[in-house]
Amino acid sequence: MRIAVIATCLGDAMFPQAVKATVEILERLGHEVVFPEDQTCCGQMHVNTGYLDMALPLVRHHVEVFADAADVSVAPSGSCVGCVRHQHAMVARRGGDEGLARAAEELAGRTYELSELLVDVLGVTDVGAYYPHRVTYHPTCHSLRMLRVGDKPLRLLREVRGLQLTELADAEVCCGFGGTFAVKNAEVSTAMLADKMANVLTSGAEVCTAGDSSCLMHIGGGLSRLRSGVRTVHLAEILASSDTERSGAGPSGTEQGTPARDIVFDTAEVGESKGVHP
Amino acid sequence: MTSTDLGMPTVAPDDVGFLRGTESFPVAAHRALADTQLRRNLGHATRTIRGKRARVVAEVPDWEELRRAGEAIKADTMARLPELLEQLEEAVTARGGVVHWARDAGEANAIVASLVREAGADEVVKVKSIATQEIGLNEALAEQGITATETDLAELIVQLSDDRPSHFLVPAIHRNRSEIRDIFLRALPGVDPDLTDEPRRLAMAARAHLRRKFLSARVGISGANFAAADTGTISVVESEGNGRMCLTLPDTLITVMGVEKVVPRWSDMEVFLQLLPRSSTAERMNPYTSTWSGVTPGDGPQAFHLVLLDNGRSNVLADEQGRAALHCIRCSACLNVCPVYERAGGHAYGSVYPGPIGAVLSPQLTGISGPDDPNASLPYASSLCGACFDACPVRIDIPNLLVQQRAASIASHRTPTAQDVAMRTVAAAMVSPARFRAAERVLGLGRFAGRSGRIRFLPYPGSQWTSARDMPTPPPETFRQWWKRTRGAGS
Ligand code: SF4
Repeated sequence: MRIAVIATCLGDAMFPQAVKATVEILERLGHEVVFPEDQTCCGQMHVNTGYLDMALPLVRHHVEVFADAADVSVAPSGSCVGCVRHQHAMVARRGGDEGLARAAEELAGRTYELSELLVDVLGVTDVGAYYPHRVTYHPTCHSLRMLRVGDKPLRLLREVRGLQLTELADAEVCCGFGGTFAVKNAEVSTAMLADKMANVLTSGAEVCTAGDSSCLMHIGGGLSRLRSGVRTVHLAEILASSDTERSGAGPSGTEQGTPARDIVFDTAEVGESKGVHP
Repeated sequence: MTSTDLGMPTVAPDDVGFLRGTESFPVAAHRALADTQLRRNLGHATRTIRGKRARVVAEVPDWEELRRAGEAIKADTMARLPELLEQLEEAVTARGGVVHWARDAGEANAIVASLVREAGADEVVKVKSIATQEIGLNEALAEQGITATETDLAELIVQLSDDRPSHFLVPAIHRNRSEIRDIFLRALPGVDPDLTDEPRRLAMAARAHLRRKFLSARVGISGANFAAADTGTISVVESEGNGRMCLTLPDTLITVMGVEKVVPRWSDMEVFLQLLPRSSTAERMNPYTSTWSGVTPGDGPQAFHLVLLDNGRSNVLADEQGRAALHCIRCSACLNVCPVYERAGGHAYGSVYPGPIGAVLSPQLTGISGPDDPNASLPYASSLCGACFDACPVRIDIPNLLVQQRAASIASHRTPTAQDVAMRTVAAAMVSPARFRAAERVLGLGRFAGRSGRIRFLPYPGSQWTSARDMPTPPPETFRQWWKRTRGAGS
């Protein structure tokens, strides 16, 4: 299958390791991945902050770039796919562009979050990953309630060799990120983060994973500030990890809260937990 | 939108009632977050009710169909509200009631005050009603020398402590029982000085006080949960029995009802009486459901007045997407599941409508006057996590309404704010791939990085982030650059 990767603006600029991992998983499964280079941003930040009129050209741009790019599109982000699927047509209609709304709906119908693409479209749960760590999974709100990905990420994680899944209490409660909410209501956001971090810490996990770099930036930023000794790793990076020799394709998990130095190491050396922290 | 031309829908007045606080949500929330007692009380109460609600909802196999039915009835109601209200008026009148139309809070208060005076009373008993809180009825009556006694236990607690309600269902959710004991000892007439904080003792103390009021009051005032247009039947749903007293003992009954509470048919109650109790109190069946149509000679109040309140609702109705907020049946499920409400509490919203639905409805009713309007901050008091939509028994898409109200908030800016300018600049870069790539290259956050490579401090507004969270430094290579380097040009 020909699959267009949506890097997402945050993934492209700040967390390229999650996008690289997405490309790698899909190529490993034998698919052709394309990266439409004119892509920028789905417009989620504008939409969710209320700049619906300004978001209209962004929606149009996204549709133009991706409409004919591939059979399906994928993003390692529940919230960006949520925006494409549940908000693009609304923005277009509000702007009076019914043609764009229809095109956006058509494109949205074949745009997937990574775990959806893997489980629903490609029909795989075992992607051949190896990740020998204790991991807890935080279902991000948009994956959970906008896309209804359900237990797909967990089904993928359960197939990862070496990975020990630990339960997260109150998993379905928001971490407090919420885009501009984290800044506009920084104190309430922090209060929510405090509870999420407490649950992550009591889970006994070494790694907290999720399907959205944005929420992980928030949770990971808090865990890093507190020197908690728990790191955040995008789901795609875990699924891309393997115990076979790979070259330069990114580490088996870069702490979202660390400098993303392009740490290239032999994953065989990582063993239990050495070598990940710079 | 804020036109005051006659015949045009107008927003609720600013000087009467409680739909707008005096400070923005983040400022009010700052205080609430530091109140340890409030945090524990609210955290405990919402967690308990969340768990109970989830259990009783899971028992109903057709819960989703019921939600859809509730949504459909409400959508149908809003599509033909004027017609249904006229039908209701006819039915109520035919059964001996009198219908009054109030354009806004001021008119509604004046109508009620004059009805009370006509009945020759200076004291009224009240069933908990958010509509009468919205219009500040108790305060308006007090100005006319009329004393209103709240008879719902939690509402009584709020009234005795000169407080404001912070929850639809449990107005005193922010209080625990030892605080309640102190309030009763201070303010309840004739209270036993040895009162303990045992829930039963507290309830009995309130009961003794309220019994005296029920037996002496000649006028009762209520809100309405539902009003069936075809039969003219009004319904009040409560769980303490105080409502039944207020609705049956006085000679005169005055019901103040927001116009959106009408439902087309008596048979629609079947749907709502299943949805409401499980969503609000987590009960399978509501304990006290009172229904009455007009007056019945020799039985109950011999005069019945129905005050139909607009107070900005026509303005909400005029917005085809926004009108879904009028579907709300005030069950409070969205408050109980909201992580923002749980931490900030109801008072932080300023209005009598707190929580996710309040964050939408309050600015819709009042309109947003500009960036400094406290209600302009309400639609942003959400992480858009969507828990409210899942809990809502009538499927109100609150996250979408919040986004729409954010747009309304921005539309109220007469001159662009710094944020408006920044967002415009970013939007412009985002439709130009070349400018977007250039912007990525100069992100330049790196200069704030400490030796660890983590950013621990950023200047404002980034400081809002780094106040509690580190920020990663941008990677040396973007994904786009990596793709180009490893795959060559062209995709
Ligand atoms: S919006 Fe829905 S969940 Fe919230 S109080 Fe109203 S009916 Fe209940």
